Amino acid sequence: MSAAAGTAFWFAQHESRLAWRDWLAMIAAGRRERLRKVAIGVIAFILFMHFVAYWMVGRYAAAAIDKQTLLAITGSVLLSWMLMISQAMESITRAFYTRSDLDLILASPADANKLFGVRIATVALGTTMMALPLAAPFIDVLIARGGWRWLGAYGLIVAMGAAATALAVGLTVALFRVLGAKRTRFVAQVVAALIGAAFVIGLQVAAILSYGTISRVAVLQSGTLLALAPGIGSLLWWPARAALGDGLALFGVLATSLALLGAAIAFVAPRFGEYAIAAAGAGHSSVVRARRDAFRGRTSPRGALRRKEWILLRRDPWLMSQSLMQMLYLVPPALMLWRSFDRGNGALQLVVPVLVMAAGQLAGGLAWLAISGEDAPDLVATAPVRPRCILRAKIEAVLGVVAVVFLPLVAVLAVASPWHALVAGGGIVIAAAAATAVQFWFRGQAKRSQFRRRQVSSRLATFAEAFSSIGWAAAAAVATASVWLAIAPAVLALMVLGGAWSMSPRPRIA
Amino acid sequence: MVSFAPFALEIHGLVKRFDRPAVDGLELTVRAGEFYALVGPNGAGKTTTLRMIAGLLRPDAGTIRVGGIDALADPVAAKRIVAWISDEPMIYDKLTPREYLAFVAGLWGVEPALAAARGCELLTWLGLAPHADERCESFSKGMRQKVALAGALIHEPRVIILDEPLTGLDAGSARQVKTVLRERTRAGGTIVMTTHILEVAERMADRIGIIAHGKLIAEGTLEELRLQAGTEADAGAHDGGSLEDTFLALVAEQAQAA
Repeated sequence: MSAAAGTAFWFAQHESRLAWRDWLAMIAAGRRERLRKVAIGVIAFILFMHFVAYWMVGRYAAAAIDKQTLLAITGSVLLSWMLMISQAMESITRAFYTRSDLDLILASPADANKLFGVRIATVALGTTMMALPLAAPFIDVLIARGGWRWLGAYGLIVAMGAAATALAVGLTVALFRVLGAKRTRFVAQVVAALIGAAFVIGLQVAAILSYGTISRVAVLQSGTLLALAPGIGSLLWWPARAALGDGLALFGVLATSLALLGAAIAFVAPRFGEYAIAAAGAGHSSVVRARRDAFRGRTSPRGALRRKEWILLRRDPWLMSQSLMQMLYLVPPALMLWRSFDRGNGALQLVVPVLVMAAGQLAGGLAWLAISGEDAPDLVATAPVRPRCILRAKIEAVLGVVAVVFLPLVAVLAVASPWHALVAGGGIVIAAAAATAVQFWFRGQAKRSQFRRRQVSSRLATFAEAFSSIGWAAAAAVATASVWLAIAPAVLALMVLGGAWSMSPRPRIA
Repeated sequence: MVSFAPFALEIHGLVKRFDRPAVDGLELTVRAGEFYALVGPNGAGKTTTLRMIAGLLRPDAGTIRVGGIDALADPVAAKRIVAWISDEPMIYDKLTPREYLAFVAGLWGVEPALAAARGCELLTWLGLAPHADERCESFSKGMRQKVALAGALIHEPRVIILDEPLTGLDAGSARQVKTVLRERTRAGGTIVMTTHILEVAERMADRIGIIAHGKLIAEGTLEELRLQAGTEADAGAHDGGSLEDTFLALVAEQAQAA
């Protein structure tokens, strides 16, 4: 069935067709036969998640509506909602700044407001749909063990998606008005990432400062917070009550969220075109000058390549923020480290693997930028430099940045415990080298601006990089107690690397 | 300009297959100091040929010698004397033209002082001096192409390979690029260029090669090509027929033969 051209429904059909084809292309990577494998993988993942959910929340299915339960659910809901806001803000920023078909739409006589309204609604739908696969197993387990009242949790997720999108639209438009089109893209993406991380890190920081543990749950279960929390009749608990099956609360939360989304659409859709046009001109609105002696000192081709990588990284705050955002997660272990000066070495056990894991992740991102994200591949390939030399320069550039970030942390660690610093240092070098190797084996050719898509372009590389970092982090954690016991996780990490190498699509010789 | 083998470029039996043969036993020689234009219909194998010469693609068969150097056996030595410019200028948005030139000079191992002097000269010559310290991200396509051209010239290459260098350039920028290329051949440099703009080939090239289905179907000066195509008589007495007439006649002849 096809709707009349130019109506909101017609635009919705158009958008959903594009979204469906994009999704298929992303999942199948142009090969239909991959779909079956992906479907099997998804089913396996869903089953696995149900087991995890059973283990984690199965015992809470019969929970009564008391302050303790409401506090725990509210904390979890708030945590998820923050992540949804972050996701929605990313999508809204992308919608403003991606040209794709905007020129065509804005140049046509069709009522673009309808399309923009549909586009904002699509963001809300996308945000909800991304949360559902992760939340559904938990809700299913609660329904199976605690009855149909938990069905309200699905309604709550829809409400959270709508409210998160409304808030994200509001925040992005506010940034547009305050900062202008040029700065908003960068700031919005950083704000989105900060919102996503803030609640998790905030809870961990509170737990460390108050209870000396890195566990977030400690705060949500604390007597202090329970004493400060309002009575169970408070509106603050409505989202939690909605999840627990309170019909009135669910209706209230859903109605409020959908009204907020409706208001955001009504307010922003008519101005969407104006923002998109401003965003399109943002790249050319000003001239950035860099006055320095570019030709200073004699440099080898390797030196020139290293210097180029560092300049590009330094000059691109967005890429820098994307790479260093992972470092935010180092704040809790750093705090832990600070506290442990007074409390012995027990807490350092936790710091070492976090540092190693973060180094692996940072190196992976930087290695992708240096190896695959080359904006002038032909220039570098036609230079009279051996490929091995180019690769070496790029690896040196990556490891140089990793060293600059982690050396101060390891130095502080060395003051607390030289042995832990030694293990952390070794682990950081190995994890960074392993992540770089994975990116080398799976190297492709892409623009640096496609950095965010790197995880989609090769899931195998993404998983290999993550599991290798986890393996080395585990090995480092165990090594602080016993080097011999660390052999087992190290062997596992090596097996991950071996598997990745054997499945990599490239010839093994540089 | 340093003298070298009489042929700046010698290609024999060059083959490259993708789904079908893109280049199919190509034979081509270009003399030192010559401006050679390679023209052909879309998908004829022009870009594939140039990418193999520049060392960006490895041929399935055949030989390539640049300035007497076997480009397949010693690619690094061959790259030292070659510059490659594509239709889509690949430069770094976050570098300034001056920094870009310093980077390219570093890759080709040019002395910093010499590179700085040449860089200034090239930037002035191409009208980029006022923008030398601005990041390339705000540049137009013409300006980006000129930055890429400056980068290609900073190491004084003996052979410059250009793939559609004038695509998308305005008249002023196109003229500047053409002037620079003409100066290079006057100084003894060799230029091999593909172009869809037949008028450019007609006016600038010493010799023109017409490529179709991965093979060189005709080659020579414009006069020689006219003779081969037999278009001189058909085209009227006033100008002897344009390259466009000649090109279309030769390609149609090849299509019929195929």
